[in-house]
Amino acid sequence: MASQEQLSAIKRAKVLMVGAGGIGCELLKTLALSGFQDIHIIDMDTIEVSNLNRQFLFRQSHVGQSKAKVARDAVLRFRPNISITPYHANVKESRFNVDFFKEFDVVLNGLDNLDARRHVNRLCLAAGIPLVESGTTGFLGQVTVHLKGKTECYECQPKPAPKTYPVCTITSTPSKFVHCIVWAKDLLFAKLFGDKNQENDLNVHSSDTANSSEHSEDVFECRKDEDIERYGRRIYDHVFGHNIEVALSNEETWKNRNKPRPIYSKDVLPEEQTKENGNEEKGCAADDVSAMVSLSLKNPQDIWSLVENSRVFLEALRLFFLKREKDIGNLTFDKDDQLAVEFVTAAANIRASSFGIPLHSLFEAKGIAGNIVHAVATTNAIIAGLIVIEAIKVLQKDNNNYRMTYCLEHPSRKLLLMPVEPYEPNRSCYVCSETPLSLEVNTQRCKLRDFVEKIIKAKLGMNFPLIMQGASILYEVGEDLEEDMVVIYAANLEKALSELPSPVTSGSVLTVEDLQQEFSCSINIKHREEFDEEKEPDGMLLSGWVEAPVDKDNNKTIGNDESTSNALPSMETLDGDKDDEIQETSEVVEAFAGKKRKLSEVSEVTAPDPSGPSSINQNKPEKLDIDDEDDELIISDDWESFTKKKKL
Amino acid sequence: MDGEELTEQETALYDRQIRVWGADAQRRLSKSHILVCGLKGTVAEFCKNIVLAGVGSVTLVDDRVVTDESLPANFLILPHENHYNGKTLAEVCCDSLKEFNPMVHVAVETGDISTFGVEFFEKFDAVIISCCSLGKKKLINQKCRKLSKRVAFYTVECRGSCGEMFVDLQDYKYSKKKLEETIECQIEYPSFEEAISVPWRALPRRVSKLYFAMRVIEQFEDVEGRNPGETSIADRLGVLKLRKELCETNSLDESQIPDALLERLLTDTREFPPVCAIIGGILGQEVIKAISGKGDPLKNFFFFDAMDGKGLIEDISGPSTRS
Repeated sequence: MASQEQLSAIKRAKVLMVGAGGIGCELLKTLALSGFQDIHIIDMDTIEVSNLNRQFLFRQSHVGQSKAKVARDAVLRFRPNISITPYHANVKESRFNVDFFKEFDVVLNGLDNLDARRHVNRLCLAAGIPLVESGTTGFLGQVTVHLKGKTECYECQPKPAPKTYPVCTITSTPSKFVHCIVWAKDLLFAKLFGDKNQENDLNVHSSDTANSSEHSEDVFECRKDEDIERYGRRIYDHVFGHNIEVALSNEETWKNRNKPRPIYSKDVLPEEQTKENGNEEKGCAADDVSAMVSLSLKNPQDIWSLVENSRVFLEALRLFFLKREKDIGNLTFDKDDQLAVEFVTAAANIRASSFGIPLHSLFEAKGIAGNIVHAVATTNAIIAGLIVIEAIKVLQKDNNNYRMTYCLEHPSRKLLLMPVEPYEPNRSCYVCSETPLSLEVNTQRCKLRDFVEKIIKAKLGMNFPLIMQGASILYEVGEDLEEDMVVIYAANLEKALSELPSPVTSGSVLTVEDLQQEFSCSINIKHREEFDEEKEPDGMLLSGWVEAPVDKDNNKTIGNDESTSNALPSMETLDGDKDDEIQETSEVVEAFAGKKRKLSEVSEVTAPDPSGPSSINQNKPEKLDIDDEDDELIISDDWESFTKKKKL
Repeated sequence: MDGEELTEQETALYDRQIRVWGADAQRRLSKSHILVCGLKGTVAEFCKNIVLAGVGSVTLVDDRVVTDESLPANFLILPHENHYNGKTLAEVCCDSLKEFNPMVHVAVETGDISTFGVEFFEKFDAVIISCCSLGKKKLINQKCRKLSKRVAFYTVECRGSCGEMFVDLQDYKYSKKKLEETIECQIEYPSFEEAISVPWRALPRRVSKLYFAMRVIEQFEDVEGRNPGETSIADRLGVLKLRKELCETNSLDESQIPDALLERLLTDTREFPPVCAIIGGILGQEVIKAISGKGDPLKNFFFFDAMDGKGLIEDISGPSTRS
């Protein structure tokens, strides 16, 4: 057991845990067993069935309840006399400000998204509190320690952006199954069941824009008195038949590519058969409606034939209109919505069939569409143990012994758990070293709104920004702003930079702050007339901000959820991914091999990746996002950067 | 493997792990039977892990009555008098484990495991032993090896900031995908007795010092007739003397088993919860691999020392079974 000094440091400690999920449950348990007596835990989520394979503090009966609260209750059962304070809340809330963080001796993260991690990182820096970060995916995991001024902060190393695909790949020239999924989810599903006012690239063609959008609008609307069966087939024929024919008419596109084949419902499902579909479940609740059940397709691991997929497509569509009419027009894809998953799987598969891409099971499709990350209990337990070991060192200010530890799937030089010395802070890190950034932008065309959304929020991760030029505030967000200021700021958003009350032009220096994160940085503005629409779709180029370049040829989909990256696929993923992890690992190990990472290797300011994430619903042809809601990377961060560094 | 499909309940519950090891592996797990003996903190962690993973059954052996001493590293024991009064460790842990996954059958077996016949072990696919004397470890391992069916054998011991795990999968064959091909692999494991009999000078140079240190303490307990885990700092001189003898016999320099390391192991005799979580996690992974037939199992010792933070694998085997 721990020594006497360790024990007293532990007893006195006040610890903040952020996240009560996979890592959180294991961590809370281990902290309690190790003698910690004052633990606070923040988590905004509620418990789901798929959590129960590893979040062992939760039971079936807890589904729907707050993770933080149930975790607390469960741990108190075997450690009744300690204090655990749960917060069923988002860590980004304003009450969790720097003063709140200052109360703690150490902060332990068990998060599942990059955004929250950056936020906590900044608060820990501002408060001067040590942070122990961690993450897991499948059999991989890592723990890192961050102390202001002594080690890298969490953002010193570039973190890969979520994977995006060019619009034309999705709308016209898919070559991988994931392209079909994005099409089915973000275009077709959105068009049929989502907000009708949202822009949708579904009928984007390079030629043939003469066929006006009015015509397209009609196509997707169900006509008055139109039979649902009829409607379904009409949609089917339009997207899998007509649209493909139109695409084929553009010879250029297919010069060096395999041509897709149009598919019509009458050829796949002759008329009479559809009437045999569907054993209507009597009295089933709207939520449980399922095309698979209706069609007696039992196994989500089966790969359906084109005929089966087509049946599912039509049946799912029928069931949406019949049983979930009130939802239509409001839906966004949700991986836990069975009918939505069925529809997207079927649609993606039919499209894949058309383009000669291998079909996938519902199970696989759901994982891709939902950015599900695979997870097991054992890795989380191991990582939790490692976190507590580091936390105890932090409490004892054992400065020379902090470590980053990597949990590998395949041993490297006999090591399954590989400790590495933490690195010194990156002097070019704009977060912890306050290095100024530079932005190239057309100051006459770019509106303040775009600057705020794409740069300040999306790239710099500030949630409540304040933007100033000199003493002049151009924009701020806050609860107690005066009415007239709110009006001015709203007006400013719509103005081009050079037309703001305090004009922003080449040579301007803007100071941007997030008061809650107590984080500020300066941005030097440089005017540039032209930007490449393909490479720089945002019309802005930020430098000094280090982002790991996204590998465009990367075959894998991004895991968003509780874990990490695609950089290291875990053993035998269901698409039969290659086992390149072994190779990558050995590269990483060579980078480590006992030497302290030198600043020189780290501070290469890489050019920012022009394919920054952006929403698909914008005027210019831009790149499409994979959803990055809850999910995020963990290990990949460091792995990706290590392996890339080696290659440099 | 028979083509029984996973139930809807299993598919929903195990979704995230099926994405790691596949539905076939999950099916195999659900048909497996695990025997566990010696319920301290590390083994409690291990049991939690395999119950969550969805094995078919877990049988617990530990007739020791629950006392306040048992509480610290074992989160399966709820410290309410009613809950544990008069009950054995196995009984209390059984109740808690059932809650983690109602689909897993958890049961208690009473009695001294060294008296169970060979047929008893045939019911199981994996046997995990902890807090056992050297003699008992060898005995159980032998019984597992006598069966025509392969019964995987594991031992774990954790002392303070250190932990050791041993694996014996006998003659283990499995297949794996490398790039586009499926390759057949085979690993031969020595028994525990064979492994520890390998002369120390015959081992590779850089073998973990922890291996030797654990052997010294193990021998000490054996020779002195101590219960496992009872050797303490009070025995320092005796242990150092034994170290000297063993090193001489084995032509190993005493510096290979540093005083500081031995003293740590003798001072922190109780389990340290973070180490329990780590070793219990690694052990869980190994058992899952062996049962599902997926993934490279480690051969044959795993060591962790929180002091240097390394989790390393040592292959301690004679020339015939050396990889």
